[in-house]
Amino acid sequence: MAMKRNTANPVTPGLAGNQRSSHRFGFSDRIFSNTTLVFAMVIAALLVGLVIILVKDAMPAITRFGFSFITSSTWDPVKEIYGALPAIYGTLLSSAIGLLIAVPISLGAAIFLVELSPRWLQGPASFIIEMLAAIPSVIIGLWGIFVLVPVVRSPIESWLGKNLGGLPLFQGPPFGVGFLAAGIILAIMILPIITAVSRDAIRAVPNEQREAMFALGATRWEMINKAVLPYCRSGIIGGIILGLGRALGETMAVTMVIGNSYKLTPSLFSPGNTIASTIASQFGEASAGVSVGSLIELALILFGVTLLVNIVARTLVWRMTSMKAAKK
Amino acid sequence: MSSTIERGYLRRKWINKVMLCLSSIAAGLAIFMVALILGYTLIHGISYLNLDLLTQAAKPVGEAGGGMRNEIFGTLILVGLGSIIALPIGLLAGIFLSEYASPKVAATVRFMADILAGVPSIVIGVFVYAIMVRPMHTYSALSGGVALAMIMIPVVARTAEESLRLVPNSMREAALALGITRWRAVIGVIIPGALTGIITGVMLAVARIAGETAPLLFTALGSQFGVQGLLKPIGALPLQIFKYAMSPYKSEQQQAWAGAFLLVILVLGISILVRWISNRKHI
Repeated sequence: MAMKRNTANPVTPGLAGNQRSSHRFGFSDRIFSNTTLVFAMVIAALLVGLVIILVKDAMPAITRFGFSFITSSTWDPVKEIYGALPAIYGTLLSSAIGLLIAVPISLGAAIFLVELSPRWLQGPASFIIEMLAAIPSVIIGLWGIFVLVPVVRSPIESWLGKNLGGLPLFQGPPFGVGFLAAGIILAIMILPIITAVSRDAIRAVPNEQREAMFALGATRWEMINKAVLPYCRSGIIGGIILGLGRALGETMAVTMVIGNSYKLTPSLFSPGNTIASTIASQFGEASAGVSVGSLIELALILFGVTLLVNIVARTLVWRMTSMKAAKK
Repeated sequence: MSSTIERGYLRRKWINKVMLCLSSIAAGLAIFMVALILGYTLIHGISYLNLDLLTQAAKPVGEAGGGMRNEIFGTLILVGLGSIIALPIGLLAGIFLSEYASPKVAATVRFMADILAGVPSIVIGVFVYAIMVRPMHTYSALSGGVALAMIMIPVVARTAEESLRLVPNSMREAALALGITRWRAVIGVIIPGALTGIITGVMLAVARIAGETAPLLFTALGSQFGVQGLLKPIGALPLQIFKYAMSPYKSEQQQAWAGAFLLVILVLGISILVRWISNRKHI
């Protein structure tokens, strides 16, 4: 890094005698570096502009409903009363289901990839799991509608309803589309990122940790559980939170399987909505100031929550990688 | 005494076996899910694939036949527009981050790029609707391109920066020692040294935006009339897959699968190509 700083203002030796050309060189350099600066500032401008525009355009809804926007559960375009509670609830519920399913599988897969897998399998297996992240969300949604939803309806929800029907979570008719299907879809979609980040975190654990644990007579699992996982805990949590950020903002696949019904219910079988799916399904029909404003306020809430979640995740992952760099 | 130690040891061995087994099963399950989704889409999609899909325009609702010619063309236009807007911004921002910015400024801009990359794509769609569609009073291909560019810019900037950083400082010093200006060193020496990485990043970003649907919902919108120009609504392959997937008509659902086949081939083709390129570099 220090080297790089020094070259930022290069003295141009040998050109000192030739004022004109050294001047010209300095000038062309300044033009180029300032151009790159301007384009880099575009990124900052986009982000700041995004916040300003969202706040400005959400104003009609913010001034009209105030805090009750978050606590009210009506969404009535006819009477122009809008409340976001069911959408917020649906977002949190489907993301929670997604995490609940994805975290154990991702962690297991990451442990397998680093600690158990034969060397020849590591690369290909990682690549295949990461391919899941490259599949467009609309295609996961298509698969969800025609393959996952029938499976969720018939063996999964009917079984849960029959055996655990006492819990409010598993009551109601098995629709197939609904929170449970959305949660499973989200689990599939965030699995690759949690696996990839956890894998890198586990791989960053120094081998001395493992050797010391083995030297104490530990089994392989005890080594992983007591010497590896605690060491890279912040990295893994960072990965999980990154996955949460993805799940909260995921739109297409969720819109396609959640059933788009605006209600507040504890049943996982019930069709519902998330913030993103509400925007996706309502925005086309919204026309007047307050209805568009309400949807933009939803977008603002979604932006704020994912922003917070991403900042926490980046900090955790960054701390882990900088720890690794310090070790080297 | 020895039997309790023995039993404890057996228990530990047993737990070890079970947990390692579960971990392997988890990995197997993850790979199985990929195979299930990809396999189903590819096998199902290819059975509905025909020449009409590539050469015919969409038929009115409920009528059998027709294809996705206009939507395929629209996706190419939208991805092209997005790339034309995003590449100069992303690449120059990447050069700034790696070559010119002081560590503090670089950290700030990098952080902002990461935040922008994490913004849900539907929010980007809403933002572009507010700044372009509403003032211009029309949905348009151009606004769709801008929305896709906003997704692409942070990805290109960060991968370009990371590839440029991998170029050893001795190359920079050697170039400057020859007496050339800094910008000529960047363009003539440093960028060529990082080219593979930059191209890899750009291709991954292209693959990503080619499959995006949410930011196009309220910008490009989709169109029954084919491609009419940059200031008119335009169709896109992912938008049409979404529309047909929710359709009650069998023929449209089948076209959704065939379109999904094309999109998967496009997106995964790029990903696999990228992997091949970056693997070759290491040899």
